[in-house]
Amino acid sequence: MSPTLRIAFRFLTAKKRAMLMSLSCIILGVGLFIVTQATTSGFEDYFIKTILGTNGAIRIEDKIQETMRTLAAKGATGDSSFMIAQREGRKYVEGIEEPKQVISALKEFDNVAAVSEVLHGPAMMRSSFKGESVRAYGINLEDHLRVSDLRQQIVEGSLEDFRSSPSGALIGKVISERLLLSVGDWFILEASDKTGRQSRRYRVSAIYETGVADIDRSRVYLNMSECRSLLRKPTGASFIQVSLFEKDRAPQDALRIEDVIHYSARSWQEREKSWLEVFRALRFSTAITVSVFILIAGLAMFNTLAMMVMEKTKDIAILRSMGYTRQDISRVFLWQAAIVLVIGTVVGMALGALVTYSVSQVRISIRGIFATDTFIVAWSLWHYVAAVLTAVIMVMVASLVPSRRAARLEPGDVIRGTAQ
Amino acid sequence: MPEISDNIALRCTDIHRYLGQGEGRVHVLRGVSFEAKRGEVYAIVGPSGCGKSTLLYLLGLLDRPDSGEIWINGHLMSNSVDEARTAARGEHIGFVFQFHFLMLEFTALENVMMPMRKLGKLTPAQMVDRAKMLLNDVGLGEKTHRLATQLSGGEQQRVAIARALANQPSIILADEPTGNLDVKNSALVFDLMTRLAKESGQAIILVTHNPEIAGRCDSVRPMRDGLFV
Repeated sequence: MSPTLRIAFRFLTAKKRAMLMSLSCIILGVGLFIVTQATTSGFEDYFIKTILGTNGAIRIEDKIQETMRTLAAKGATGDSSFMIAQREGRKYVEGIEEPKQVISALKEFDNVAAVSEVLHGPAMMRSSFKGESVRAYGINLEDHLRVSDLRQQIVEGSLEDFRSSPSGALIGKVISERLLLSVGDWFILEASDKTGRQSRRYRVSAIYETGVADIDRSRVYLNMSECRSLLRKPTGASFIQVSLFEKDRAPQDALRIEDVIHYSARSWQEREKSWLEVFRALRFSTAITVSVFILIAGLAMFNTLAMMVMEKTKDIAILRSMGYTRQDISRVFLWQAAIVLVIGTVVGMALGALVTYSVSQVRISIRGIFATDTFIVAWSLWHYVAAVLTAVIMVMVASLVPSRRAARLEPGDVIRGTAQ
Repeated sequence: MPEISDNIALRCTDIHRYLGQGEGRVHVLRGVSFEAKRGEVYAIVGPSGCGKSTLLYLLGLLDRPDSGEIWINGHLMSNSVDEARTAARGEHIGFVFQFHFLMLEFTALENVMMPMRKLGKLTPAQMVDRAKMLLNDVGLGEKTHRLATQLSGGEQQRVAIARALANQPSIILADEPTGNLDVKNSALVFDLMTRLAKESGQAIILVTHNPEIAGRCDSVRPMRDGLFV
């Protein structure tokens, strides 16, 4: 053990009460930092999982058709011509005209895991109880299961019934409650277009719950062929839902897809920007709030060490007279901060993990942007690293001032009694 | 450069030192010159405020002179950098102060080992052996593991002497080492210090108000108004 560490340790144990105060602040600060990050990140991660499980990583829909103009050029070696896009002549095309071709092109992208074409349109859903406006979604079940968490979202009934029965339908939990529908019940969907209105009967194969209130209230899944008949759209698709191997690459992939297939491609980050910003702001604000605890720990450490430097001026002088350098004196005080910091961060991390686990067991029912019956937490090493780094920076910076002051003391002044 | 004899452990020439600032600035030392030979005991005496302790701290490299030179074992130290002065203090100089200045959180043994740990020339076991030997020499062999707070004033001063001798310095500087002790303990501490220092050929310079102690030194240098008289 180095002489300075030995002295630091002895000084530290002699000032137990003051050091325990600093230690408590560090433990609380680190622990709370971890817990708040775990809970806010937990909800954010779960929200992202929910939106990926319902609307996919990328949605391809609608087309902006460029009008190209040919320009001729005459040069010394001969005539040539080139094409330029003309902004004024751009044409908006709703939906996807040739979904099979687009799907085929999409499968060439290395990050694309699966694709599913979806057709949707407005409809009136009527049960024996009452009617509600909904949107009919036509899907190819196997394709759609690969780009969504629909299988995990089923809360009643089975997908098997939907797969085997052309008149089967998957309805959301909210609409089922509003229309008093259960699995096996029949209902009517009415859709109208320019040629007139038509209605068809469907049976509830299963009830799903995504937790996203809008979806659970309005989305009725039908088999694709049934939906085409209902909406009278024999070809085309409303959009194509894409799942990715690496979800975080969605914005870059969406841009590349737009360039290649000339359809609008929106990543989940772009679609859910508002909510994601809310979560980000929440995470920052809680981190700042909790950092105040760690700041207090730093101030407590500053106070304790500053007091100790004042009390130990004679010890500092005698150490200097024995040949201890200014750096040695500084180290004596920095070691004390480091010892308290190490104990504080280790215990703080343990406390953070324990409280995070306890919070994850708390029963709480949340519906609206996702569905959960327990508090959601995220277990991430980075929360612990960030908490420890924040504590290290604040406590060590706070300790530098008194330790430097101790190192600057002139032993002659101290012994003479004129030290400032 | 003045000629330095091997026998001279410490020499200072024409030392000036001002203390305080502005109108309160005082010319404390007014051109003091002094030298100390190994194995000799010097007493600096004089009235309070004549500059005795100021001179001692300058000789111990705890303070810097405004002008003049200080040589320690043939090396000019008065204008050297802080690191060199600190190293010289650790290796060549032992201090004994009036108020002991023991580190209260540590035992007598640990206090004596403190300078040895910094110098790092001995193994931990050798340090313990030497510290025990020194404490034995000062009559505290039975109290090596007592905290400084559990020792009397006289015992604390004896621990301070053992600590000053720990690194076998060539110079012992003592600022009124008996000033806080009764007559019996004063005599004991002085005898101890001079005996141990003479045995190992160390120069002892002590500042004292005690005429009896001063009278038993090899050389007495009275000071008045910042000068030896």
